[in-house]
Order: sequence, then C-alpha cells, then structure tokens
Amino acid sequence: MASYREIVVNSLWKNNPGLVQLLGLCPLLGVSNSVVNALGMGLATALVLACSNAAVSLIRNAVTDAVRLPAFVMIIAALTTCTELLMQAFTYELYQILGIFIPLITTNCIILGRAEAFAAKNKVSHAAFDGLMMGIGFGLVMVVIGAVRELLGTGALFANMQLLFGPIAANWQLTLLSDYKGFLLAILPPGAFLVLGLLVAGKNRIDEHLEAKAKAQEPEAPVQSRRVRVTGVIE
Amino acid sequence: MALPRITSPHAKGSNRTQQVMLQVLLATVPGILALTWLFGAGTLINLLWASACALGFEAAILALRKRPVLFFLKDYSVLVTAVLLALALPPYSPWWLTLVATGFAVVFGKQLYGGLGQNPFNPAMLGYVVVLISFPVEMTSWPAPHTVGLLEGLQQILGIANLPDGWAQATALDALKVNKSLTIDELWAQHPAFGYLGGAATEAVNLAFLAGGLYLLHKRLFTWHAPVGMLAGLAVMSLLFWNGSGSDSNGSPLFHLLTGATMLGAFFIVTDPVSGATSNLGRLIFGIGVGVLVYVIRAWGGYPDGVAFAVLLMNLAAPTIDYYTRPRTYGHRKPTRGFKLGE
Repeated sequence: MASYREIVVNSLWKNNPGLVQLLGLCPLLGVSNSVVNALGMGLATALVLACSNAAVSLIRNAVTDAVRLPAFVMIIAALTTCTELLMQAFTYELYQILGIFIPLITTNCIILGRAEAFAAKNKVSHAAFDGLMMGIGFGLVMVVIGAVRELLGTGALFANMQLLFGPIAANWQLTLLSDYKGFLLAILPPGAFLVLGLLVAGKNRIDEHLEAKAKAQEPEAPVQSRRVRVTGVIE
Repeated sequence: MALPRITSPHAKGSNRTQQVMLQVLLATVPGILALTWLFGAGTLINLLWASACALGFEAAILALRKRPVLFFLKDYSVLVTAVLLALALPPYSPWWLTLVATGFAVVFGKQLYGGLGQNPFNPAMLGYVVVLISFPVEMTSWPAPHTVGLLEGLQQILGIANLPDGWAQATALDALKVNKSLTIDELWAQHPAFGYLGGAATEAVNLAFLAGGLYLLHKRLFTWHAPVGMLAGLAVMSLLFWNGSGSDSNGSPLFHLLTGATMLGAFFIVTDPVSGATSNLGRLIFGIGVGVLVYVIRAWGGYPDGVAFAVLLMNLAAPTIDYYTRPRTYGHRKPTRGFKLGE
C-alpha cells in the first residue's frame, strides 16, 4: 500500500504521466499552444481522473475481471460527459476552442491506465488521491509546455485567461517581449514535439545529477585485499 | 608499429573528411561570386555571420557533449552546413534570422542526432525550413538585383535602419505562382529584372552553381546519379505539365532548371552522403524523387520554391530506398533485401 507521500512523488516526478510514461500525448501536444488552453485541458483531465479513480475503486470488488474494461470505460465516458457539460455551462468559449479534445478525454490512456494499474487494486481514498495527483502532474507538464510555446510563439504569457477565470482575468496578459516577431514554429505542432523532447531531456539530466549526488554521498565500501587467499593470512 | 613494405603503385588517398569539405567549400565560390555580383555584399556578410554562428554553436554543443571540440571543428563539416544555409537564405535577412537558422541546423539537425554522419536530415535544409515556416515575411524578401548598397545593406541586416519600402520584390517563382491573368511573356515584360529564363537573373547564379557542381563531379566527390536524377525528374515533370506561355502555365523546363535553388540543390544538397541513399540505384531514385517533389511543390504547393521540403521528404524515404536497393552480394544470385536475423 503506497503512502500519500509516495503517491505525490510518483505522480509529480518519478512516474509523471507526461514526462515519463508519455501517455496522453494527443491532448498534451494538441492543445498545449497557450497557457489558458493547457490549463483548461489539464483541469478537465484532472477532474475526470480523480473521479474515475474513485468510482473504479468503489466498484472494484463488484465487477468481475472479464468485464472490467468495458465497465471502466463506461465510467470514464460518463464522467467526461459531465465535465463537458460543466465546461459548456461555465467556460463556453474555452469549450469551443478545445473542441474535440474534450470528448477525447475518454480515450486518454492515462485515465484507463490509472484505473487498471492503481484504482482497481487500492482503497477509495488512495485511488482518488492518486487520480488527482496524476491529473495535476499531467496538467503541470501541459502548462509548462503551453507557457514555453506561448512565450516563444507570441512573446507574451497568460493571454485570454478570461476564458477560464472570467472578466477579472482580462488584463492578466504579460507581454514580456514587445516588438517580437513571433517564432511561429513554436505554436505549430512541431513546436510541441520539440518542447516536450527538451523537457524530457531536462528531467533525465536532473535525475542523473541527483543520482550522481546520492552516490557521492554514500560511504565507500572498504577496499579489501584483492589477492586471492589460499591459506591463512599473508602478512 | 611496423608497416609491411608493399609494392607500387601507391595511390594517395585524398578522401579525408577535411579534404572533401574543403573541396565542397571551394566549389561554392562561383555561386558566391554570382550572388554577390547580383545582390551586393549582403551575401558575404551573411556568409561570415552564419559561419561564425555555426562554429560557435558547434563548439558549445561539442563541449556540452564532452567531445573533442577542435578535432570536430577541424573537419569543416559545420562550415559547409553554414555556407549552404547562408547561400539559401535571402542576402539581407536580419542577423537573428541567420542565428536561429544556423542554431537549429547545427544543434537540432546535426548534434542532437549524434554529430557528423548520424543525422537523418540535411542540417542546412532543416535550418532553412524552420525559419521559412516561422518567419515567412523575412524569408521571402529578395532584393531586386544591383539595388542595395553596402552600408544600407549592413544596416538592414543589423536592424538599425530599414531599407526603403519596396526594396524587396517577388522572385520569378513567386510571380508565376500568384499570376492568374497574364501570359508568360506579358509577365516577363512587367518585370525587366527577371532576366531571360530563370527570373531575377538567377540563371546566372544557377549556372555558377552548376559550374561548381561539375567541378565536384570531376573530382569524383559524388557520383552523377543523384544530381542527374533530380534534374531529370524536374525536367520531365515540367515538360509533361508545360502548356506553352498561357496564363495558367507553370513555366518551361528550362525555366525550372535555372531558377530558384535548383542547381544548388542538385549538386550541393541531394549529394549529401549522410542523409541520402547509399547505393547508386538508390541515389538515382532519391534524386528523381526530389526532382518530382520540387515540381509538385512549385506548381501546386503553398510555397514558391520547394527544394528544401522535397529534400527533407526524401531524407525520410532514404532508409526505405536503401532497403529495396541493396546491391547483389558477390557469390549470391539475388540481392538479399532487408536484414536477416543474426546478421
């Protein structure tokens, strides 16, 4: 049984769905062209993931192995529909921008993957927490990619945040580089692949560095005589 | 180490990477001269700046990768990439455009794949396409011949002062692409700077690159298969779809052979031994593919010239071409295709 702390470390870093498992690449690459799109998509995914993990964990003893996958998919599809209706009600413009990617949350492999690998084997509280954390881990990667692409592509950050937070956020836009030509490639699909690749490389580099550091701190094993001893002690 | 004494003839090999790269650099000189004569010193400034950027990027990333920096810099391969890229960019492109293009070519196109000999795509063309997609306005600003002076050109490159409006003009391929109503003769009469065939007097540039390419062919730096394949593919396609000088015409075969980046592509880009096909038959197929795609993009695509896109697309196809064109092994009746288990 994993502790809450382990779940947090696992979801956000060690087994991050975006950087390590590389699951759910379709929305991760498809709608991460600005912070607001990425944040909206990340929140929707996290909501579905947390609820579906809790629901799957609730029914884990009632559903037989043979029909578990259809049952999981039904739950996920129902929750996705709920999320879609919520977005239609409260963030209609963002819902229109994200378009097909919202119903496609159903087919996001992270959600079915967590249902199968974690929720079906753990109690409700752990499963729901795991879903929430995995969703946040996924959303964070997406927001970082979105921020890098928006900054490189347009020279500004947090444009159109009112789509998600209402009229208060209308002037949240930060124009960091004025008179900037706009690196169009970052906004286009290849930019998503490039930024994701660089993020994965960066994470691996940090891991390597931490590993080397941990190794350096370990006490070295005492050097023993390398001579093959046949009898007794030679000295 | 004692070397065994062997009898003559002693052939002196000259195919070290450094020698090959120097020859290629030498062969670009006629093209550089032609471009400088036409468009002024911008080409030379661009060339120097691109080379400096490329050397800097290469040195930095070699150091990051913990490779011997001087050893790899001295093979001049990065200079060839920089020179080919600078020749493809418009002469008065701003300094940051050249910086981005060379950075992408060297870092993403070459070194991230493992350095010289490991890149699946032609680095120069990759850098070119990245900036072409990202900065379409700057990338299509070709000056009219003999108009830009040294000082104002330098100011344009550095971004201090802009050239007067209208300094950039459409190239012949551009004009042909947007032309809907004029016959070819009328179109040419409107643009006296287009020269006789290739447009914007680029036939001189193309002939200069042809001369450089023939020198390399004479030196046997590459076989004739890829360039001839590309030129033949382009010529046959433009002959098939050429309908005289009507307003819907896509230009004559001679026009297509002598305009845009045709000759630069045929002799300096598709002959790249790393990202192209390896067998002679494979090179021929590779070249024909590039030629056909260049025409397809020029005639029906979204961009006026298509050499860079065509080369990148065929780079993707090169492993498949190699798979199907393995030569017959001596002693075997049929060539073995693909890779067998345990090989």
